[in-house]
Amino acid sequence: MNKLGDRFFLILTLFATLIVLAMLGIIVGNIAYHGTARLSWQFITAAPENGMTAGGIFPAIYGTVSLVLLMSLAAVPFGVLVAIYFAEYARPESRLYRWTRMAVNNLAGVPSIVFGLFGLGFFIQSLGRTIDQAFYPGRLLYGQPSILWAAMTMAVLTLPVVIITVEETLRSVPREYREASLALGATRFQTVFRVVLPQAWSGVMTGSILAISRGAGEVAPVLFTGAAYFLPRLPAHPADQFMHLGYHIWVLTTQSTNVEETKPLLYSTVFVLLVLTFLLNIAAILIRNRLRRGGTDRQ
Amino acid sequence: MNWRRAVDRVSEILIFTVALVAIAIILLIFVYVGREAFPLVTGTAEGLTLASPFTAPYTWQPVSNTPKYNVFPLILGTIKVTIIAMLIATPLALAAALYTSEFAPRGLREWIKPAIELLAGIPSVVLGFFALMVLATWVQAGFHIAYRLNALTAGIALAFAIIPIIYTVSEDAMTAVPRLYREASLALGASKGQTAVRVILPAAIPGIAAAIVLGFGRAIGETMIVLMVSGNSATWSLDPTNPVRTLSATIAAEMAEAVFGSGHYRILFFIGSLLFIITGVLNWMGERFNRRLRERLFGSA
Repeated sequence: MNKLGDRFFLILTLFATLIVLAMLGIIVGNIAYHGTARLSWQFITAAPENGMTAGGIFPAIYGTVSLVLLMSLAAVPFGVLVAIYFAEYARPESRLYRWTRMAVNNLAGVPSIVFGLFGLGFFIQSLGRTIDQAFYPGRLLYGQPSILWAAMTMAVLTLPVVIITVEETLRSVPREYREASLALGATRFQTVFRVVLPQAWSGVMTGSILAISRGAGEVAPVLFTGAAYFLPRLPAHPADQFMHLGYHIWVLTTQSTNVEETKPLLYSTVFVLLVLTFLLNIAAILIRNRLRRGGTDRQ
Repeated sequence: MNWRRAVDRVSEILIFTVALVAIAIILLIFVYVGREAFPLVTGTAEGLTLASPFTAPYTWQPVSNTPKYNVFPLILGTIKVTIIAMLIATPLALAAALYTSEFAPRGLREWIKPAIELLAGIPSVVLGFFALMVLATWVQAGFHIAYRLNALTAGIALAFAIIPIIYTVSEDAMTAVPRLYREASLALGASKGQTAVRVILPAAIPGIAAAIVLGFGRAIGETMIVLMVSGNSATWSLDPTNPVRTLSATIAAEMAEAVFGSGHYRILFFIGSLLFIITGVLNWMGERFNRRLRERLFGSA
């Protein structure tokens, strides 16, 4: 390869990079341009009217936020504990460690629609029906799609995100911290929860934010575990169904009878979801970059 | 007995239990998805068996007087869309990764990587929406296609979703190649381009293989994009300009209407198990490749 070939190759790879960045720019630009046209405070705080051609999307925002909060309540503590097991307690050669490790890595690659099937088969048809038989005989309360089961399904989906991020941070805490703590007579429990975990706080934050961003954007897992197209009331009970931004976008885009009328509001809805997930992702990237820089300083 | 010791012991047992529960849940995923399809094995799924999804006639018509549940058109559709997406995404993502790791000035690199992470953060329903509203019009006009929604449009849209994963995994692999390799090559008089193509790429090849395999797995399982822009008709055709239907989109589109416990319901869970197995194998391969990369570059896993 001569100098000319070198130059050509550089330009070729730069060109590919620019195409990818342009894709991002076009998508975001298009949605921001059309999405802000009808955006207003009222759009965010009001309920839909007139078959989704007027009003706002407050119930969908409310449903999405409730979903990710419920999901985090399950996924974050659980994920952090598994990460602590991986980084602090497990012996790398133990069978439990190797199996769990493999299982978590695999879980991260399972298609989200399969999680939806799992939610339907396990949470709703098995667990929910069992709860109903035991506590509410003759009634169907937990044995049907609801925000609780959608949140649990989403929690299983986002679990690997939390585990992997938190574990990485725990491992970046220098060993000397643990040794110093143990040498001072602290137990392992005290060392992990009073010395190591506080150092890894930003990792817990990043993991939770990434999980929330994923949970807010995924639609396939809630398709048949609890999302509804339109509900007159906000969900107030774990067994209620809920409206969801992503689900709303999907239904309106593909099943609306009046595309031209709903299009401006639809664009605004997509814009709201995009801004929401971008803010979460940017926050995660910033925290993580600061963390990584901090990590290298210490070594 | 010291209470601190007791707390220590109890907490260890608790954390151990949580790890066990984590494995249990993951096993449960397979058990429950498989369990709902299991009546196909025992022959109690309204006369359907495990062979039903594979026997003639080769059509997918779940809602008709004599329902037909042949999955071959769906598999063909999945392969078609996935191959189109891979053909677009792989060269772009690999070239961008090579540029970022070998040529980009440091300041620029700090912008490219987060930007592509942002692309990864766009929910797939938003990508699907964009593809349906904007991309479909462009592709139809640009290629003079009869159908607005077709395999080509779905494949292009799907490429958006898998570029970040192929980029991230392969860029990590290229950056992991030790600086010594570059310095040795440059010291021998090779140009930057020669170093990239003849030294860095071959050294990072297992990582690139991992990136491609993982991207492939992601493309096969991706649901919302194909559900929105593939046209959703299960046709027997190799033509990329025809509408298609994929395995994942079929589950998404039909599960809500399938009667609980019916043959249709069982077959949809069977398709789910199929997806689970395919992506599981691809992930496993990806991990093997990544391990080989580390062994190759650092001498140990």
